[in-house]
Amino acid sequence: MSITAADIEKAAKLARIRLDAADVPELSQRLNNILAMVDRLQEVDTAGIEPMANPLDATQRLRADAVTEPAGTDALNVRAAFQAIAPSAEQGLYLVPKVIE
Amino acid sequence: MHRLTIAELLEGLAAKKFSSVELTQHYLARIEKLDARYNSYITVTPEAAVETARAADKARADGTAGALAGIPIAHKDIFCTNGVKTSCGSKMLDNFVPPYDATVVTKMAQAGVVCLGKTNMDEFAMGSSNETSFYGAVNNPWATDCVPGGSSGGSAAAIAAQLCAAATGTDTGGSIRQPAALCGLTGLKPTYGRVSRYGMIAFASSLDQGGPMARSAHDASLLLNAMAGFDARDSTSAERAVPDYTATLHDKLDGLRIGLPKEYFGKGLKPEIEQAIHAAVKELEKLGAVIKEISLPLTDLAVPCYYVIAPAEASANLSRFDGVRYGYRCDNPKDLYDLYTRTRAEGFGEEVKRRILVGTYALSAGYYDAYYLKAQQVRRLIKNDFVAAFNEVDVIAGPTTPNPAFRHGAISDPVTMYLEDIYTIAVNLAGLPAMSIPAGFVDDKPIGLQLIGNYFAEDKLLNVGHRFQQATDWHARAPHGVDSN
Repeated sequence: MSITAADIEKAAKLARIRLDAADVPELSQRLNNILAMVDRLQEVDTAGIEPMANPLDATQRLRADAVTEPAGTDALNVRAAFQAIAPSAEQGLYLVPKVIE
Repeated sequence: MHRLTIAELLEGLAAKKFSSVELTQHYLARIEKLDARYNSYITVTPEAAVETARAADKARADGTAGALAGIPIAHKDIFCTNGVKTSCGSKMLDNFVPPYDATVVTKMAQAGVVCLGKTNMDEFAMGSSNETSFYGAVNNPWATDCVPGGSSGGSAAAIAAQLCAAATGTDTGGSIRQPAALCGLTGLKPTYGRVSRYGMIAFASSLDQGGPMARSAHDASLLLNAMAGFDARDSTSAERAVPDYTATLHDKLDGLRIGLPKEYFGKGLKPEIEQAIHAAVKELEKLGAVIKEISLPLTDLAVPCYYVIAPAEASANLSRFDGVRYGYRCDNPKDLYDLYTRTRAEGFGEEVKRRILVGTYALSAGYYDAYYLKAQQVRRLIKNDFVAAFNEVDVIAGPTTPNPAFRHGAISDPVTMYLEDIYTIAVNLAGLPAMSIPAGFVDDKPIGLQLIGNYFAEDKLLNVGHRFQQATDWHARAPHGVDSN
């Protein structure tokens, strides 16, 4: 399979990465080289083989639906610490450009 | 002091030959004077280091010292450190100061280590040469015109240049073992789930694993003792007791069955490395091991399989970098879509973007079965090959890399770069533990012997590594020029 400029533009849109049109030809070539290498997987007969997501075939461990913060944790202080490193936050909210007119 | 192993430093500290404050200041002075040559650190934290060293000296005097009290180490800049910039080698996180510590950082602090700073790395751990870092390439202390390997290249160079006693690394496809090999160090990737991933910035979550990089297997065992263990905050952490990895270091190797996969000695392997590996295997045979040829038939498919699975997981993991909650944000976004797309276009480097695009493509409608599902099936077959091999042998041995350290800029084609990891990548797909130890020199540059163990057999790898290092001195060599003062 080879990847077209349109495929790349679609993937870039899905991945929310802006591409310069000038970069697309070189990117196409690089991605096609990668996909050509990856295409060797098609040589293998995998009929009936269970896909493997976890090396130890472990399933997601669940925890009880209970508060795990130590007693005395001040939720507002925790939020303030997290938001102190945000590019833009105000009154406990993260700010982004206007979404709804 | 800077040439000593952790084991030797602990003796010196216990015998009061020097204090941790003296040792820490000595290392800090070396970093200040020498690191311009290597670029191994992104951030150095002198005040915090000296303060921790002072506390370690006091704990030692009070008899409350942890197992590694006062030992100066460095953390790869992928581990979150509370109040200290954690960049992951990326412009995206150049301004990121985490409000919490990774579990590995917490556990090592509890053992008493002194953190000197954060080491350079390939951006988001995506690379085999440390050339994709936003903070510039790292120079190999053995040959400064060459790469140190990657992605934990800063950690490897810092240890080899004697700018710390040891360091943490992470390994998704070889990122501990390959730089350890190229810089003449001992580097261990533990079994998937052995070391907590909490606070370790995610690249490919089903493959990522943190581990120690050090001057000897003995030092690696001391570090793994501190790092390993169950963590409820990592959903794939193994619920399994941690043995004392130093307790079995001296075990005899009599009758140990070591398998040499014939596929690891084929074309692509530099002949001088092949000779060095055979010589190292002979040494193990002298120590009592029994050598046997084995086969891992799908070896050639590990790289293709990895380059579907790792980018697919990365594309999901790296979606969190959106310019909203932390990290880089583009100037003057005109709407939310523009904010996302320009933040990510400007914040990520070329290799990271390439992998996100490959991963997004492989997961997109119409291609999921052909790429991602197929790769997950091949992944199981690769694991099955190892499971079958471990019915016949206790440890698998071979080269860590096909070539010694290459020159900066020598490999510009991504696929060629990916193939440098041909011997290390399958181990991550299978989730097995593996270690690289120094096994000689080719073109005056160090090369590594890779030892692969069965699940949770880190003790066996460290045992074999230690016995080998008792009989050889490759690990004790130091590069020219790093030893001044």
